[in-house]
Amino acid sequence: MILRLRALIIKELLAILRDKRSRLLLVVPPLMQMIIFSFAATLEVKNVSLGILNEDSGQASNELAQRFHASRTFRHITYLKGDAEVAPLIDSQGAILVMRIADDFSRRVESGQPASVQFILDGRRSNAAQIVQGYASQIVSRFSEELASSVPGAPSVKLLERNWFNPNLNYVWFTVPSLIGVLSTLIGLIVTGLSVARERELGTFDQLLVSPLKPFEILLGKTIPSFLLAYCEGLLILGVAVFVFRVPFNGSVLLLLGGLAVFLLAIVGIGLFISSLARTQQQAVLGAFVFMVPAMLMSGFATPVENMPPWLQVVAEGNPLKHFMIIIKGVFLKDMPPAIVAANAWPILVIALVTLGAASWLFRSRLE
Amino acid sequence: MNLARWRRIRGLIRKEMAQVVRDPSSVLIAFVLPGVLLFLFGYGVSLDATAVKVGVVMESATPEAQSLVAAFRNSPSYEVRVGRDRRDFEEDLVAGNIRGLIVIPATLTESLRRGDAVTAIQVIVDGSEPNTASFVQNYAQGTVANWMVQQSFDVGRSRSIAPRVSTEPRVWFNPEIQSRWFLLPGSIAIIMTIIGTLLTALVVAREWERGTMEALMATPLGTLEFIIGKLTPYYLLGMGSLAVCVVVSVTLFELPFRGSVFVLVLVSSIFLITMLALGLLISTVSKNQFVASQIALVVGFLPSFLLSGFVFEISSMPLPIQTLTRIIPARYFVTCLQTIFLAGDVRSVLVPNTLALVAIGSVLMLLVARKTSRRLD
Amino acid sequence: MPEVLASIQGVSKSFPGSSVPALDNIRGEIRAGEICGLVGADGAGKTTLLRLLAGLMEPSEGRITITGLDSVDDTSAIHERIGYMPQRFGLYEDLTVVENLHLYADLRGVVNEERTEAFERLLRFTDLARFTERLAGALSGGMKQKLGLACALIRKPRLLLLDEPSVGVDPISRRELWKMVGDLVDDGIGVVWSTAYLDEAEQCDTVILLHEGHLVHNGPPDDLTQHVEGRVYLVRGIAEDQRRQVLARSLREEAIIDGVIQGKSLRLLVRVGESLPNLPGTAEVTKPRFEDAFIDSLGGGPGGESALAAGMTAIRSGDGTPVIDATDLTKKFGDFTASDRVSFQVHQGEVFGLLGPNGAGKSTAFKMMCGLLQPTSGRAKVAGLDLKTATSQARSRIGYMAQKFSLYGDLSVRQNLEFFAGIYGLSGARKRSAIERMIETFNLDAYLKTSAALLPLGFKQRLALSCAVMHEPAVLFLDEPTSGVDPLTRREFWNHINGLVEKGVTIMVTTHFMDEAEYCDRIALVFRGRVIASGSPDALKSESIPGREASLEEAFIALIERELGKTEKGAPA
Repeated sequence: MILRLRALIIKELLAILRDKRSRLLLVVPPLMQMIIFSFAATLEVKNVSLGILNEDSGQASNELAQRFHASRTFRHITYLKGDAEVAPLIDSQGAILVMRIADDFSRRVESGQPASVQFILDGRRSNAAQIVQGYASQIVSRFSEELASSVPGAPSVKLLERNWFNPNLNYVWFTVPSLIGVLSTLIGLIVTGLSVARERELGTFDQLLVSPLKPFEILLGKTIPSFLLAYCEGLLILGVAVFVFRVPFNGSVLLLLGGLAVFLLAIVGIGLFISSLARTQQQAVLGAFVFMVPAMLMSGFATPVENMPPWLQVVAEGNPLKHFMIIIKGVFLKDMPPAIVAANAWPILVIALVTLGAASWLFRSRLE
Repeated sequence: MNLARWRRIRGLIRKEMAQVVRDPSSVLIAFVLPGVLLFLFGYGVSLDATAVKVGVVMESATPEAQSLVAAFRNSPSYEVRVGRDRRDFEEDLVAGNIRGLIVIPATLTESLRRGDAVTAIQVIVDGSEPNTASFVQNYAQGTVANWMVQQSFDVGRSRSIAPRVSTEPRVWFNPEIQSRWFLLPGSIAIIMTIIGTLLTALVVAREWERGTMEALMATPLGTLEFIIGKLTPYYLLGMGSLAVCVVVSVTLFELPFRGSVFVLVLVSSIFLITMLALGLLISTVSKNQFVASQIALVVGFLPSFLLSGFVFEISSMPLPIQTLTRIIPARYFVTCLQTIFLAGDVRSVLVPNTLALVAIGSVLMLLVARKTSRRLD
Repeated sequence: MPEVLASIQGVSKSFPGSSVPALDNIRGEIRAGEICGLVGADGAGKTTLLRLLAGLMEPSEGRITITGLDSVDDTSAIHERIGYMPQRFGLYEDLTVVENLHLYADLRGVVNEERTEAFERLLRFTDLARFTERLAGALSGGMKQKLGLACALIRKPRLLLLDEPSVGVDPISRRELWKMVGDLVDDGIGVVWSTAYLDEAEQCDTVILLHEGHLVHNGPPDDLTQHVEGRVYLVRGIAEDQRRQVLARSLREEAIIDGVIQGKSLRLLVRVGESLPNLPGTAEVTKPRFEDAFIDSLGGGPGGESALAAGMTAIRSGDGTPVIDATDLTKKFGDFTASDRVSFQVHQGEVFGLLGPNGAGKSTAFKMMCGLLQPTSGRAKVAGLDLKTATSQARSRIGYMAQKFSLYGDLSVRQNLEFFAGIYGLSGARKRSAIERMIETFNLDAYLKTSAALLPLGFKQRLALSCAVMHEPAVLFLDEPTSGVDPLTRREFWNHINGLVEKGVTIMVTTHFMDEAEYCDRIALVFRGRVIASGSPDALKSESIPGREASLEEAFIALIERELGKTEKGAPA
């Protein structure tokens, strides 16, 4: 049995690795995607365009406007001459935020009265608008604090912000580990998903079935190489994350490798399931895609899981990617202790057992 | 002669329609997947950090501290757990059970009374989720600022601790800042990309694979007729799904529709035709369903998803990638859709973006007409 | 002289990336009211020539005119005048029969009464009227073929181009198809019928015979066969278990350039100017066939030796129990009984053929015997082992070779050999020597590092055979092993099979191809899930059509018609 299995595993690996083009296909696209998407998939807000409508000509208002110039977040600042210009600027997306300073602003500030500025935000890009509002408010409140502290003895409460695990809230530190999860899912699914479908389409599957190989051996012979390939891909991407993107790796390598193994088992199980179901390679690719899109959306990659409606969060428990995202970000950035990793790993293990079991059942029942 | 031409096109369209309904993978792409996406974007995923789980550490239970804790508790933005020691929460932060930790120092009351220049309240956030982290910071700032105003009223202090300059935000187009309003128009662009590119690429590649293309080519059917006959059914399908998406979004998900239907149909048509041309091009080049589906995903779906500004901010991407997004049709369409739905027919946005779409579409169409040859070699 | 519809003037076609031209200086004419057979093995250039005729490709050299119009410049006008049925018929499998017809009627501008009339005519002609609402994909191979033909005939063309219309079609449907085409020709249409079956060439008015892109013969088939007139002998009266040895011996003779088994007899071709050497049995001159002439024009067939069998250890004669034993094999798919209590026994060293029309259940029975399908009831035993209980052991005694040479195209020749050795549990020295033996036997040295997908067709077949027999199986299952293969390669293949049989290997083969069936010791004819006749090819011939020497194909058709007559009148399933 070991001999037969070995022959099958070697064949599977050769089928993918022998051809130079398919070797390249395994390495180049994931790396390209990694590079493009880790910079592209950002919710961070930089290079913001801002409009300032300063109806006041006093010193305070000028100083406040100056603060915005000094901030690196705001790149393009347009000065508006009147109310009538606000709407066109926002409408045409010339600025996501217009700050309007009323004509009594400086007077009120100098006389110690409370003053206010108005922010007009473009709600079409709701997330960016909210974040920009946060930045702008910070600038204004710092300005306000300094005004307060210039009056001797005025008390003030200040927020001391500490970003754990990612001191500068560098978005790449979030995206890159997440992409490790996303890309190894993608590769694991495609490699496994195609493995049976390809043989069905080429007619070689019958050849395997008439050989002394038992269905269980064929299944193992498909699982092991796909798993190995996906694992190597995962390591490659991991290496890029650590050495090219310089994302700090704070946790235990062993925990991550173990987590990746459990995770890929689940993915390979799903891939085999799709593969057993599909009659052609095209169906296998589509099947993988139909699984991949919701899995990615409900993984916490683009949007946090906790923002979803509660019952959908329950559904997301069945998504191996969701659990793995927690593990990989946790191990990378948070030095997650084994107990917490284990707490997130066991659901994946359960999913792996279920999917592998279902795949082998389906595989057997569709042999004819 | 013209009648014969029209009849040929009609025959092709009829055939295509019958096929879409019967092929399971077409049904999957044309109906199931859009449904799932619309549901997920309309109802499932969201960028709005409502009720973020945070821990509040109250180092001493003075009245001021308690009232600040209450302020956090009353804010709809948080789901608060209160503790006395920050160490109680550190593990939760690592496990991701809470996204932030607000530490109200034992010295709060004391320093307020003494009138210290600065009293620090620590806000610790989980940097592994940067977006949520910045929300937590923003919310905390707002909550503390409001609390201070409240305090100064209550206490009626002569020396107000209220901020001297406050901000009054007004959010246009989307006053409650619901991310759904921003995601739904984008998801329509994704759905139309899937139908336009993936579905079209697959069906034409299938003609090559099954040898029916050869049979078609040996009939009097002309190149232009072939292209029209292929594009029309998928154009109708795409516009049909647009209609469904719009109706569902507006009625079920209460997305406002402030533009005009005419402009929507016009811009969508241009985008859809561009994506159809891309799909035709992919299938003509690959001639194989398997390869076509993979190319369609990499060239059509992924960029529409990641590089269109649908979720992720284009202006925050590095310059080379920003440049790359300029050739992604979905980028222009997403902008148009968000504007048509939320802002209305804003010429200054719609005209340049539509022109860009027209330019990309024309180039693709030209390539299609060139590649769709009447010969096999 | 009838009008010339197509004229092929010194046409060559090369494809980029290939050093050998696909077609080299082909000439020929196709006339109205004639069937022109475009004959050659897979890869001979038939499809390329048809595509050139249809204006779907441009010739690299030379020119083609169709009804006087240039195939490159007047493509559109040509498309108005021709009907073209590509391989796999150009049908939309997810459309119904009538939807397919409507599509092509729309495309060809057949409308109103003309359409009604055309549909009526074609549905009657093809006997598809009962199936108009059925999806084309759910039709049997023969019916698909007829529908494809109907689609190509919607507007009566001047010239009809058919690309391998008889592939995968059983003899009954094939005969119907020929009849239909015959009717068209009587109406004055010119037909080009491309085929890999040489026996079909004899039914054509003229033949364009291609071999590896070269024109071998152009003209009436008799022009070629008359070259071998008087040189083809049928040798009868050889003891049944001797004919393989006698064949091998005859082929060693200098005077004999070709020989095949034909039922109980041998068919031998004698070199020009030589006479038939002394052989057992009685020899008489027989009517030459097109294939004899083709082999003659290629300078004769391969020898009769099988290096493969020579290197193999003989399998000890068993105790007389059947090696393949099927008892009451029944397979149900839902309500449909694909195989109904099928029983047969095959003894050691026999070649056993399973024949039958498409969808009659022969592949179901075949698949149950090699373990690809589980029988609903009944028992399948191979080499004394039950396929159900001793699956793995039974399978290690089986070799299997499928129609399409199911090799791993992206693996090299050596990797394929190592893989198949591995899954059959060969290891160490045994594995090495088995692989070395295959490489030596089949001259695979030069191709060891080549991907299997890139091998020439003949070598693909060799590799497939070596992968199937490397583990020295007791039983070899062959599924249409030589369909589309040129006659030389087919002879070489059967030489090996005959050699293996001599060593005690048992062969089970399923085929549509009557020349292959002739090699069998015994045949079982499967129809509607049951075995309706079995016996040696000659016995079947004389049983079905007593009194005259019938071909196996005629016997096949007669037996099925008899069966149809027995039950109520209906169409074959």
